Amino acid sequence: MNMQTTMRLTAAETALVEAFGAQFGELPGDGAVAGKRDRLLDDLKKAGLPTRRIESWHYTDLKNLLRTVPDAVSVPALDPIGPVVEGSQVLSVLQGEAAAKPSIESLDIAAFKEKLADGSAAAALTALDRDDAIGRINGSFVRDGFAITVPANTELEEPVELQALHGAGQIHTRFPVSFGASSKATIIERHCAVTEGAALVSSISDIALEDGAEVTWIILQQQGAADTHLGQIRVELGANAKLRLFVVNAGGKLVRQELRINVEGEGAELTLRGVNLLGGESHTDVTLVLGHNVPHTNSTEIIRNVVFDKASGVFQGMIRVAPDAQKTDAKMSCNTLLLTDDGDFSAKPELEIFADDVVCGHGATVADIDRNHLFYMMARGVPENKARAMLVNAFVAEIVEELEDEKLVEALEGVISAWLEKHA
Amino acid sequence: MLEIKNLHARIAEDGTEIIRGLNLTVKPGEIAAIMGPNGSGKSTLSYILSGREDYEVTEGDILYNGESILELDPAERAAKGIFLAFQYPVEIPGVATMQFLKVAMNEQRKARGEAELTTPDFMRRVKDAAEKLKIDQAMLRRPLNVGFSGGEKKRAEILQMALLEPKLCVLDETDSGLDIDALKIVADGVNALKSPDRATIVITHYQRLLDYIVPDTVHVLYKGRIIRSGDKALALELEENGYADIIGEAA
Repeated sequence: MNMQTTMRLTAAETALVEAFGAQFGELPGDGAVAGKRDRLLDDLKKAGLPTRRIESWHYTDLKNLLRTVPDAVSVPALDPIGPVVEGSQVLSVLQGEAAAKPSIESLDIAAFKEKLADGSAAAALTALDRDDAIGRINGSFVRDGFAITVPANTELEEPVELQALHGAGQIHTRFPVSFGASSKATIIERHCAVTEGAALVSSISDIALEDGAEVTWIILQQQGAADTHLGQIRVELGANAKLRLFVVNAGGKLVRQELRINVEGEGAELTLRGVNLLGGESHTDVTLVLGHNVPHTNSTEIIRNVVFDKASGVFQGMIRVAPDAQKTDAKMSCNTLLLTDDGDFSAKPELEIFADDVVCGHGATVADIDRNHLFYMMARGVPENKARAMLVNAFVAEIVEELEDEKLVEALEGVISAWLEKHA
Repeated sequence: MLEIKNLHARIAEDGTEIIRGLNLTVKPGEIAAIMGPNGSGKSTLSYILSGREDYEVTEGDILYNGESILELDPAERAAKGIFLAFQYPVEIPGVATMQFLKVAMNEQRKARGEAELTTPDFMRRVKDAAEKLKIDQAMLRRPLNVGFSGGEKKRAEILQMALLEPKLCVLDETDSGLDIDALKIVADGVNALKSPDRATIVITHYQRLLDYIVPDTVHVLYKGRIIRSGDKALALELEENGYADIIGEAA
């Protein structure tokens, strides 16, 4: 017996399907890539955008929140902007297209478009699971980005900024970056709206750390007030690799940033820090799925959220410890400063532990500004507004300072205080 | 300089009356000690003077240089020259001590219509004041009061007082938790600020501090009222006989 289910597509879903039809012939890629794109779009069409009934999207009902998809419009040519950290090497992707490829000494760099054209990128166009809407959207539409290899034993002196700039429209980018054994580097993945008008952005970074690599990866999301940002990083850590991952959300109307991380080598260490600055009527979701898959690995996760206006935020932190991943040490915390009665923040830590000799903990707090702190500062003559701003800043500055590198700390504190000045 | 008239005040949250008809006058140049047993309302008085919103004044007035300050918030009072040295200075992680000092000094100057300090001028002032109080530069590089010992916190309070140059200083149990050497340093810091146009209110439980900061007047606070006033001999009398006699007389 055949059972026919027909699902009515929403306006946004219809727009995505139509956009795919309109662009299909001109999207870069060989036959294998085109086949993957078509399948992913088909899956997207069949499953629809995820709703709150899908557990991993429970707090971000994408079908309901993404009402419309902006037209792919042509915008005036964009120019790269100065890097957030002075002295960085900049690789710009402008309106979804990689800008002329600069050569950076000791790095192997290719435009992702070339990897699509020769078909070598086909294997990466996947959904990670049946609810991976970001994998489907990005895989269907991705046009460009940069593929980078940091050779083994290479140490980059200056950060590399992957600078994704855009105006209105649809932008789908990809950044596969692999770090060779014992290499050291700092990468800043920066997404930034430079003109008004709504954009739909999807971006996936595939990050592989080979044995002993030490990487600081910063995601700096500064999208516009009407933008949808669907970000995902797929990370694999080799033996004794150290990844310091720092996520700053300071923009966007509807944001989902997924961190899919697998710790695959003994002795590996993950340090995740997140700062979510939420204002207006925005919705921001950071979702971590972390697998400690082998014995003797460590991770710590600290997320700090500041909620103004009618903003809502979500942190989902799933840590899975595999059956033989003994001696795993994982600590997760999520602290929220809720500065409004109209905003909200949902924190959902999840630990799935299948090994018996591990140390795993999690905690979540929600608070307003400490009145004792406020009184103390005011009693020394600091006016209330200024005192509040300093205390909010202090709440997030604490984890920014952990980065230690002075230039990085200064740059991020600059981004944070500029945001706070505008919103507080 | 300060005139407190028939002041009644209560805890805003539960309405408990703490100050019940308090009268006190402090003149410019005067050092006034307020003593009293635990629970008499000493700390509450210091909070009410600095404008903490957890307390409500239900009757009476506080005049500072002839003007009521009841409607001013703590920052406005500070800018007018009222300074409270906290019994328990709070630790504020993430706020750098130097940044805080600079903001506090400049915000007060701004409120008074004065020019902001230049960075070199600011640095010089802090360095001079810190040296006098034997405050290590390393301490100033830490977040505000974070990880400071009890003695360091009290010295940091006096440092702020020296930098902000208030006109009315209120020291709330500044002697608590100090060993004798730290007590001397703090007392020297307070005495160095003595001037004909500055008044100081020293709130203390014990006479000990008054050996080093010699008061012009001594007032005994009990159940929210001043029940006895005198000169420094009164403090010595209290040290000798305790509060019981005076409280007995007043009852």
